[in-house]
Amino acid sequence: MALGFLSRLKQGLSRSTQKLTEGLGAALTRRKLDDAALAELEDVLVAADLGPAVAGRVIASFRRSRFGDEVTQAEVRQALAGEIASILQPVARPMLLDPARRPHVVLVVGVNGTGKTTTIGKLALHYMAEGKRPVLVAGDTFRAAAVEQLQVWGERTGAPVISGPPNADAAGLAFDALTRAAVEDADVLLIDTAGRLHNKSALMEELQKIIRVLRKKDPAAPHSVLLVLDATTGQNAVQQVRVFKELVEVTGLVVTKLDGSARGGIVVALAEAFGLPIHAVGVGEQAGDLRPFDAGEFASGLVGQV
Amino acid sequence: MFDALSDKFTGIFDGLRRRGALSEGDVTEALREVRLAMLDADVALPVVKDFVARVRERAIGAEVLSAVSPGQQVAKIVNDALVEALGGAGAVPLNLAAVPPVPILMVGLQGSGKTTTSGKLALRLTSREKRRVLLASLDTQRPAAQLQLAQLAERAGVASLPIVAGQSPVQIARRAMEAGRREGFDVVILDTAGRLSIDQALMNEVREIREATSPVETLLVVDAMTGQDAVQTAQAFNDALGVTGIVLTRMDGDARGGAALSMRHVTGAPIKFSGSGEKIDALEEFHPERVAGRILGLGDIAGLVERASETIDQDEAEKLARRMMRGQFTLEDYAAQLRQISKMGSISSILGMLPGMGQMKQKIEDANIDTTVFKRQQAIICSMTMKERRAPEIIKASRKKRIAAGSGTSVQEINKLLKQFDDMATMMKRMGKLGQKGLMRQGIGALMPRGMGQQRPRGY
Ligand SMILES: Nc1nc2c(ncn2[C@@H]2O[C@H](COP(=O)(O)OP(=O)(O)OP(=O)(O)O)[C@@H](O)[C@H]2O)c(=O)[nH]1
Ligand SMILES: [Mg+2]
Repeated sequence: MALGFLSRLKQGLSRSTQKLTEGLGAALTRRKLDDAALAELEDVLVAADLGPAVAGRVIASFRRSRFGDEVTQAEVRQALAGEIASILQPVARPMLLDPARRPHVVLVVGVNGTGKTTTIGKLALHYMAEGKRPVLVAGDTFRAAAVEQLQVWGERTGAPVISGPPNADAAGLAFDALTRAAVEDADVLLIDTAGRLHNKSALMEELQKIIRVLRKKDPAAPHSVLLVLDATTGQNAVQQVRVFKELVEVTGLVVTKLDGSARGGIVVALAEAFGLPIHAVGVGEQAGDLRPFDAGEFASGLVGQV
Repeated sequence: MFDALSDKFTGIFDGLRRRGALSEGDVTEALREVRLAMLDADVALPVVKDFVARVRERAIGAEVLSAVSPGQQVAKIVNDALVEALGGAGAVPLNLAAVPPVPILMVGLQGSGKTTTSGKLALRLTSREKRRVLLASLDTQRPAAQLQLAQLAERAGVASLPIVAGQSPVQIARRAMEAGRREGFDVVILDTAGRLSIDQALMNEVREIREATSPVETLLVVDAMTGQDAVQTAQAFNDALGVTGIVLTRMDGDARGGAALSMRHVTGAPIKFSGSGEKIDALEEFHPERVAGRILGLGDIAGLVERASETIDQDEAEKLARRMMRGQFTLEDYAAQLRQISKMGSISSILGMLPGMGQMKQKIEDANIDTTVFKRQQAIICSMTMKERRAPEIIKASRKKRIAAGSGTSVQEINKLLKQFDDMATMMKRMGKLGQKGLMRQGIGALMPRGMGQQRPRGY
């Protein structure tokens, strides 16, 4: 099981970097790391969604150390991966539950369709497997069948799901759920929320209200605010993180859909700009498809070393 | 319209105040800016390269008309080429010219917005084109997906195929077409599960669905926030299915939407609609000119005006403007103004929609301006009595302490607010004398470049 999972991840990651790898292969058939070769490397990074500015900076710093070297393809990849890994290393931190919190409250937020509900299902499985007691809250009272979707994840993982009537007030529901979970001595409360675009201020205020109401019960809640990002997202992810962080105090990121052809290079820009921890990555649609974020592995993946 | 881009070019063309043909050197420098703007807007790299090469060809040797500067000339060439690459003027309608029931197949990555778009499309065809539409979800993959479409259909007042547990997507597709024929529907919309373009098993499955139903339209639904991956996804779906149209979702966000160009470039298929909200009627025809402006960082004036008029209370804004001009501006008015500002979202996302504001936006973000200040100021004013709001000069030490306690702020913050308000009121009295045009109109309006006057919304 564990092995199957790991190889699935590797498969996912290597698929997602296959194109990049090909690009690198083509970029480095010549042996000298000259201007032309560096420009091609920069293109490879841009095509991986690092963005023109960050790709430019990574290459500039790479140029300082390696310009003019006679290098093999493998050396270049390793060095470039090292360069990127050093940016990502500080943000590769797992989400730790505080056992003193009964329960540790996790609010899961993000724009529409990024994978919030699925990620909650995956986290539920993870905690169940650790012998903890997660409780899920169907806080998306807006989207059609969002409650039923989370209920299926509850059935699949064995975690209880707390839900309210359709169109119920999400903040009130969250408050009730926290009260109940505290009585039942749950370890972790995973609150799903409706997807929302960060530039809709009324919807962002709704999230703030959930937080305010939770704090009436536990002034330190939510103990974690997870922003779920889709790896196919381009430069707009920077704006998403900026606004969610400013308005709802995001504490960490989860990057989903890394099993696809998108490379998720935007996380390099995010790490530089915000330094928020990246707790985990999603590599599939099943409950087991969640992995800790590993900087080295991700960077090697980006430059094609998996 | 081209002011912002040509402003960027003016530096480049400063030494070039002559008439004649554009030289290769001039064009190369200008196109470097275009390349960056497009990459920042998420246009895929190979598409950017191709576009820039084509524009270069057009621009070099082009005569600079006597009426415009070389910068404006290049900006116009770029903009025209982009609008053209996005599909040119005029929307391409859905092709419904076939024997009913006409099947429409909705495909795309996970989470791109297929189900919501299916519902929106059904409503549009029902209400605008008076077609009888049947919605069918073939998504057996995601939990409760079929239920989601059924609920959407109910909200839209459109028929949906009854859910039968245990059927495969191909079986559901066949059943939907049979029901469509039997019950005399004009259109059957087939909503499929999201799939990765590299998932061979699922790509084969959707091929089978296509063979079983022969859709007249195969619409690829794409999130406007998509990055460089747009080319891979578009290529794979087009190769497997032959995409006939693209729908760009979440255009109500603040992404620049370069994926539109990538997708269009790779598939050659027209962009038929764009999604602009979560409401079931938020589906619009695609406007290449607007998106061209967004991609080039010229802003989306039309979008800004729409959003402003949605959120700004016209009456209140005009009332405020009148009071200001008469020098009757009170703290209450100031609070009302703060409310309007916070309603419009973060400053930077608004600036991002304005032409030429891209850089300013960056500066503001770099300066880390704290928009929570507005909230705190609102809280302070809320904690004042009516009397205090109308005559702030009576607010002395003890009142300040009370207000600070009531609003969870500090006396310093209150001093700052009062000082700021005082400055504003003085300035307004002065500006009130400017008359006619109205102060509020100059607020955001003054930020706009010349020539935008006519498009400026009334009232602020
Ligand atoms: N391939 C892949 N698909 C994923 C992953 N995570 C989520 N998905 C899929 O993405 C789609 C959207 O996931 P949801 O969990 O419903 O996303 P959400 O953020 O809750 O969506 P809304 O509540 O509608 O905003 C579903 O089809 C999921 O199966 C992942 O890591 N890999
Ligand atoms: Mg959800």
